[in-house]
Amino acid sequence: MFLTLVLQARAQTSGTQSLVGRRAPEFVRRDLTGHNLDLARLHGKVVLLNFWATWCAPCQIEMPMFARWQEQYGPQQLAVIGISMDDDSEPVRRMIHAQRIVYPIAMGDATLGQRYGGVLGLPLTFLIDRNGIVRAKFQGETDPGKIETSLRNLLDSH
Amino acid sequence: MRIRSIATMGSVAVIAFVLIQSPARAQSALPLAATTIPSTQLIQPEELKAILNSTRPAQPLILQVGSRVMFDQAHIPTSEYAGSGSREDGLDVLRDRVKTLAKSRFILLYCGCCPWNRCPNVGSAYKTLSDLGFTNVKVLYIADNFGSDWVSKGYPVAH
Repeated sequence: MFLTLVLQARAQTSGTQSLVGRRAPEFVRRDLTGHNLDLARLHGKVVLLNFWATWCAPCQIEMPMFARWQEQYGPQQLAVIGISMDDDSEPVRRMIHAQRIVYPIAMGDATLGQRYGGVLGLPLTFLIDRNGIVRAKFQGETDPGKIETSLRNLLDSH
Repeated sequence: MRIRSIATMGSVAVIAFVLIQSPARAQSALPLAATTIPSTQLIQPEELKAILNSTRPAQPLILQVGSRVMFDQAHIPTSEYAGSGSREDGLDVLRDRVKTLAKSRFILLYCGCCPWNRCPNVGSAYKTLSDLGFTNVKVLYIADNFGSDWVSKGYPVAH
């Protein structure tokens, strides 16, 4: 309970937080490798859900870091998911190939953005706990240490 | 051997420099930073809100030059999507939209995808209109993003 309160309080400092403390809106998408990406199937894992785009400079800084976290914390059941808000997928494919991003990436759209409270600025990252509850939201350029601390707290809680 | 490889590297560097400096490259240099826009051409969100609420006859043509996906989620009422300013095909959409307009037309550009100094769209879009001879182009200054600096402040939004 205390951990939950701390994470919520920390997240409250980063802007509109209507989703924090609520169940993450579920979605099923086909990722860019053709596999189904079903958020509901990730219950039991901690999910780092990152909205990004190829034209978003801060996003390019974060993504290799998220890839490292996927490798580092994967054994503790972390699942990193990227949702591109680009208008078409071709530049997305080129970028994830160039950056060697191996976690699942799917294309987003206005409907998915609105379900997550409006993705009207990037990057935007949500941390979702093992029960599917949104525990933190990070909008814009964020100190990576803050995200990682919240992430590790969630990974350590069962 | 070592001297030859250094000389080769030097040649590559010179060729790269020449390519970067060539006129063709300079003309299509994308994206241009938002910070290249003269500060006199910027307009603050509260100023635009006042303009939208006014009954002045010369309302601006408002063009969003960022992401279509973001525009579809929320945009300024009466604004139109006019292509991504960071892409040449996006700038073609912008050129096409304004081709029949008088050069004195009041045009307002905005994006809001990212923090101002990171925005890849408005700088190139502004330069494109300036190069076309438009004399009354303003750009909405959005410090962080459209969500925080427009929607969350309760300013008018269309979906």
